[in-house]
Amino acid sequence: MAAAVMIAAALPAGAAPQRVVSMNLCSDQLAMMLAAPGQLISVSGLAQDPRLSPMADRAAAYVPNSGRAEEIFLMRPDLVIAGTYTPPATVAMLRGLGIRVEAPPPAESLAQIRAEIIRMGDLLGRQDAARALLARFDADLAAVRRPAPRGRAALYYANGYTSGPDTLAGAILDAAGYANVASDHGIAATAPLPMELLVMSQPDQLITGAKWPGRSQAEAILDHPALAAALPGMARVTDRTWICGIPFVIDAIRSLE
Amino acid sequence: MRWLSVALPPLVAALTLASLLTGPAGLGMSESLHALAWGGDGPLPIVMRDIRLPRAILGAVVGAGLGLAGAALQGYLRNPLAEPGLIGISGMAALGAVIAIQTGLSLATPLALPLTALAGAAAGVGLLAALAGPRGGSVTLILAGVAISALAGAGTALVLNLSPNPYAANEIVFWLMGSLADRSLLHVWLALPPMVLGAALILPTRRALDALTLGEAAAQSLGVSAVALRWRLIAGIALTVGPATAVAGAIGFVGLVVPHVLRPWVGARPSALLPASALGGAVLLLAADIAVRLIVPERDLKLGVLTAIVGAPLFLRLIWKTRSGGRV
Repeated sequence: MAAAVMIAAALPAGAAPQRVVSMNLCSDQLAMMLAAPGQLISVSGLAQDPRLSPMADRAAAYVPNSGRAEEIFLMRPDLVIAGTYTPPATVAMLRGLGIRVEAPPPAESLAQIRAEIIRMGDLLGRQDAARALLARFDADLAAVRRPAPRGRAALYYANGYTSGPDTLAGAILDAAGYANVASDHGIAATAPLPMELLVMSQPDQLITGAKWPGRSQAEAILDHPALAAALPGMARVTDRTWICGIPFVIDAIRSLE
Repeated sequence: MRWLSVALPPLVAALTLASLLTGPAGLGMSESLHALAWGGDGPLPIVMRDIRLPRAILGAVVGAGLGLAGAALQGYLRNPLAEPGLIGISGMAALGAVIAIQTGLSLATPLALPLTALAGAAAGVGLLAALAGPRGGSVTLILAGVAISALAGAGTALVLNLSPNPYAANEIVFWLMGSLADRSLLHVWLALPPMVLGAALILPTRRALDALTLGEAAAQSLGVSAVALRWRLIAGIALTVGPATAVAGAIGFVGLVVPHVLRPWVGARPSALLPASALGGAVLLLAADIAVRLIVPERDLKLGVLTAIVGAPLFLRLIWKTRSGGRV
């Protein structure tokens, strides 16, 4: 704590940005958790969608942006937080206009979530708030984490995709004490898993992706009779707390209890 | 002719069996067939009965339907370039299916899916028959087909792009190219009955189509009613192509390649070509569906990719022959 105060004091005054725009669902939420009052002026429109964002209520208080360079430039930000998958042309345009743009990568593991909390604190000049958030995250994680093996679980999304251990969803499964069926088939990241391999694996728990409004063939696979026959009992469904590598993953881990 | 009727049915049976035995799980032959026939505990019967069986049945049925519809259409229009996928009938069926899915009709009643696809196919084939009936030339047929295909494709893309579902837009590929991956027995029950009915309407037209090869006037003097034949074929083709497309997407070129390959063997008589093309279509589609699982098993390669690779060069060759004035 003392070291933190010293580092904070050593920073030049005015180093913290005063007008921050976030244009990425995950950085939106971390920024809302850490920013000083008035420091964050806009978040992406996605952050206001209750299907995607656990902080939709809080995000409603901010001006939404849709990630276009023009509207963001007109907000006169001194820091723009984008993401790895923000269109490169937009990032280049904003940088060309003399705006500082940071693009932190998405956190795909619990360790990366910790690192991203610290990074966001540094970007916003809010190291103390970041440290407090990190301490809360570590305490909550210790409370929900289950090292004891609880069985084998399979993640199954639209188009027959599954997530392996190197993904955020895989990290959530692992923290909840489940072995990941994707590992049995050599899948580390997110890749398609043929349905017959899934059925042959006989997982104890199936966790499917949430369905979107409207209909699609891609999601129809989740209603295939073979899944219902092979895995009696209710499949669990991922929700908005599974999307971003932020402290809300605690809720996702808890949902697997 | 004799040779075909002896060789094709066992070939269909062998490929159906091969389709049942092809899959990423690498199951043993005897145990998987045992599980298919007798059931048992564990996941094996589920894989065989709920995943592989629908795929094999649909491969045979959809292929047979497309082969039969292609041969009938070519016989009626007296044009070897007529093919349900190329001239927009499958595209119109896909448009109907997409509308049923996206409006929620198919959720209210599953039967809405084949029915709207059927209506789309009927609209497509009816429009074609009106624009390029037996007297229309190849150019009229192809131009009408291009226009109907483009319209149907654009309509399908529009409906899918307007969907609030983020995955829907990616499904344009499925509806344009077709796939049998992860179909269920429900799809079999939705498609099979109307397709059987369609085949029952098409097959008795064999004599009339034979007579039509002599020319319209000759056919009429032989007692063929042009109006009755037209409506019967429109209904039959819509009943086979519509439900097939509703469950498998638009698979092109099957109805072109198969009659073309088989025609010399049957002496170019439609009466013999229709049943042979149905069997040949089943052979082609089953083989293509086995191939997509063997070539890139980890990707869902679309069936239409393979059938187009085989069929498009053939189509170009046919156009070339038509162009140089030779009869095809």
